[in-house]
Amino acid sequence: MQVTMTVNGTEVTRDVEPRILLVHYLRESLGLTGTHWGCDTSNCGTCVVLVDGEPVKSCTQLAAMTAGHEVTTVEGMADGATLDPVQQGFMEEHGLQCGFCTPGMMLTARALLDRNPDPAEDEIREAISGQICRCTGYATIVRSVQWAAAHPAAEGTTASEVPA
Amino acid sequence: MTTVEERPAREANPSATAADRPIGFGRIQRKEDPRFVRGKGNYLDDIVLPGMLHGAILRSPMAHGRIVSIDTTEALAHPKVHAVITGTDLEGLNLAWAPTLSADVQAVLATDKVRFQGQEVAFVVAEDRYSARDALELIDVEYEQLDPVIDVRRALDPGAPVVRTDLEGRTDNHIFDWEAGDAAETDAVFAAADVVVKQEMVYPRVHPAPMETCGAIADYEPIDGKLTLYETTQAPHAHRTLFAMVAGIPEHKIRVISPDIGGGFGNKVGIYPGYILAVVGSIVTGKPVKWVEDRSENLMSTSFARDYIMTGEVAATRDGKILAVRTNVLADHGAFNATAQPTKYPAGFFHIFTGSYDLQAAHCKVTGVYTNKAPGGVAYACSFRVTEAVYLVERMVDVLASELGMDPVELRLKNFIKPEQFPYANKTGWEYDSGDYEPTMRLAMQIAGYEDLRREQAEKRARGELMGIGISFFTETVGAGPRKHMDIVGLGMADGAEVRVHPTGKAVVRLSVQSQGQGHETTFAQIVAEELGIPPEDIDVVHGDTDNTPFGLGTYGSRSTPVSGAAVALTSRKVRDKARLIAAAMLETRPEDLEWEKGRWFVKGDPGAGKTIAEIALGAHGTVALPEGVDGNLDAEVTYDPPNLTFPFGAYICVVDIDKGTGKVHVRRFVAVDDCGTRINPMIIEGQIHGGLADGVGMALMEFIGFDEDGNCLGGSFMDYLIPTAMEVPDWETGHTVTPSPHHPIGAKGIGESATVGSPPAVVNAVVDALAPFGLTHMDMPCTPARVWEAMQGRPTPPI
Ligand code: FES
Ligand code: FES
Repeated sequence: MQVTMTVNGTEVTRDVEPRILLVHYLRESLGLTGTHWGCDTSNCGTCVVLVDGEPVKSCTQLAAMTAGHEVTTVEGMADGATLDPVQQGFMEEHGLQCGFCTPGMMLTARALLDRNPDPAEDEIREAISGQICRCTGYATIVRSVQWAAAHPAAEGTTASEVPA
Repeated sequence: MTTVEERPAREANPSATAADRPIGFGRIQRKEDPRFVRGKGNYLDDIVLPGMLHGAILRSPMAHGRIVSIDTTEALAHPKVHAVITGTDLEGLNLAWAPTLSADVQAVLATDKVRFQGQEVAFVVAEDRYSARDALELIDVEYEQLDPVIDVRRALDPGAPVVRTDLEGRTDNHIFDWEAGDAAETDAVFAAADVVVKQEMVYPRVHPAPMETCGAIADYEPIDGKLTLYETTQAPHAHRTLFAMVAGIPEHKIRVISPDIGGGFGNKVGIYPGYILAVVGSIVTGKPVKWVEDRSENLMSTSFARDYIMTGEVAATRDGKILAVRTNVLADHGAFNATAQPTKYPAGFFHIFTGSYDLQAAHCKVTGVYTNKAPGGVAYACSFRVTEAVYLVERMVDVLASELGMDPVELRLKNFIKPEQFPYANKTGWEYDSGDYEPTMRLAMQIAGYEDLRREQAEKRARGELMGIGISFFTETVGAGPRKHMDIVGLGMADGAEVRVHPTGKAVVRLSVQSQGQGHETTFAQIVAEELGIPPEDIDVVHGDTDNTPFGLGTYGSRSTPVSGAAVALTSRKVRDKARLIAAAMLETRPEDLEWEKGRWFVKGDPGAGKTIAEIALGAHGTVALPEGVDGNLDAEVTYDPPNLTFPFGAYICVVDIDKGTGKVHVRRFVAVDDCGTRINPMIIEGQIHGGLADGVGMALMEFIGFDEDGNCLGGSFMDYLIPTAMEVPDWETGHTVTPSPHHPIGAKGIGESATVGSPPAVVNAVVDALAPFGLTHMDMPCTPARVWEAMQGRPTPPI
């Protein structure tokens, strides 16, 4: 079947099997492999993307159900060479190790900051509580989100200034 | 030498800006992060090769059964299926069984029997991942169910079903008995001791469960016979050699590539049947074949960890001098003995159960047995079973403290090995390299406000509230290991490194180890930077590709910094020595007249006359007349054989509150003071510790792979195998002391597993401390609300 949705600001139409999950559609049909897959039971949250600005586990919904909606993946977070403050915060505060949970964590953080620009620690913890990170023990993820909250514009953060 | 450094305040630990970024050791941002935060990591499942097919594995639904027949007709008829492979097909290729890392064999696909639930039975290769799974449903397998061996305590009973009927002459489930220490000497000390305490404890089966599951892509090129194998592996070189041995493909025709790895923790050390099946699939179909397991496959069939039933005993004087420790262990190794550990040590490094204490005697006996459960045993950041050892001794010391009515910190302080006793020969054969334990313990107490916590606890107890304070002081043994003692399937545990400075002064360092998130691209660049004065951003770190890196055994057991880090430091020093000779020629002086400052050789007494490493590199590649015996270019290679292991240590304090009504344990605070010797990047070190602490809380409170009496795995998904989220862990409070390793070139000891090893006893000790009003002196992990509540009712039960 034909499915049309907006992904990272661009409208895309693809012929897909009706049963294909959004996570597989993004990864395999669109080649957006920054969205990960980590479990069979919708527990891990490595697949989180934003659908119309809200965090959604992309393994819990079919690509077909997403028709007509706006999807943001990690690849859509930076504005060209300028990183989202959340991305910058994760680098500043060591919010990632293996990086596998990171796209989902960052997108949830982005959605949180959009509705609550100055979240308390427990609000951050609650926001990411549907997602598992096996590497960081979460404290640095919390700090990363706090860094982003404290640097909403993160001005001048361009790719060339990021340490190589 | 020990330096106690104050815990840096959060604000005083900023990331270095471009201007004050250290050239060498210090806190810098990670070089790998820019790609990860953009979603541009390159994990195994992200790789797509032209014409690639997808594999899926049919697995056994039962723990023990005889295969009567397998019918693949319908699956083969599926329009998108290219091949269906069974054990019988593999028998024809002599690949039905593969050697394990512990001198046993493991079925790649079952031929005669299935021996655990989730065992590999058939492999489908199809055009896409959905069709491959569809086709699994079309395979018809008839089994005759057999009685399984599930309770490890019954595995050696005379009438127990024999798991390994495939092994000639096997009549029982016994794998090995292994001992360390002197039994007679230890028994004598016990016989004469005032106080003896004894406790049986279970370290339950848990799973590393990295967020990325295991997988492989095999690309066999029939014309030149070259196999390119992408794998989620922590040990690419060892895998290549083993593949050459197992599959009979010449080693120079195999290239193993380990791309970005989404967490390993020991789960990605072994060679799983799926990897071999991807290779067979590619050979059979002539196309690249990708196989990626799902989460249930990961939890049910790949390397589990722990599963030790330990009986510990401590002998002591009435005033709290610990004299001896002994233990008997029953080790459940599952259906195949597939643990990954040095050959001479079937129980890994469990014989460091003597801990941080100066003992007169010690003895352990470990018995390994087969059961109808998934194989494995060494995984999940355990430092080759130091985890079990530390849990045993740290739990036992608390049992003794409660028997003596002594404060658990006081008891530990009284028995620590003293700084002047290092290097310390313990009673089971280890030589601890360096240590100064008391300042580390005291720093943890200071950060925690130990006295105040005890006061608070007394007040709360008086009010009937349940608050517990748990202590753990661990000594690790990592960085395996001296090749004369340590090998894995005959491969000595040394690692290579190669450093090459390019003509313009930028450099590349090639490593045999492989990062799974530890930040090797940063840490190893910093070691080269420290030694050569080249900024870390000008150093490319190459790893995870056997065609482009020197041979070595890989990353596990916290061995990257102790072994490869040493190799990199020594290689860099070799480059520096060569640079000196070239600089002398360029400056028309003698090498001995030159002095080194970071990044530059200059003439003693004339600091203005010198050459930077970049200038020397250009000279080495250019037309400078090179001195006698010096070849061109600026590079070196070293294979490092560590003279000893390293012994990081730490003091952990955990504070818990327990809800009286529900038994729910809340970890309120966790203080961790670690000593890993010289610190390369404090930010990365802290991250490693945080991750391990979360592991410890997970194991202590919720993680558990259980089985029912039929052998059905009860921890086969993230619905049942619970991992801490941000809600279950506190904001970690860390501090550190620095006691360098005397035998490591930069004094670093390794940190990757310290917290996973050290934290579970701190949490359990805190839980038991909180439950002391109920007269409890022990309860087994996991301390789930239901189990804690049962313990409060006087029914603490071992996990099943
Ligand atoms: S893949 Fe685990 S929640 Fe979606
Ligand atoms: S960084 Fe590895 S799972 Fe979060």
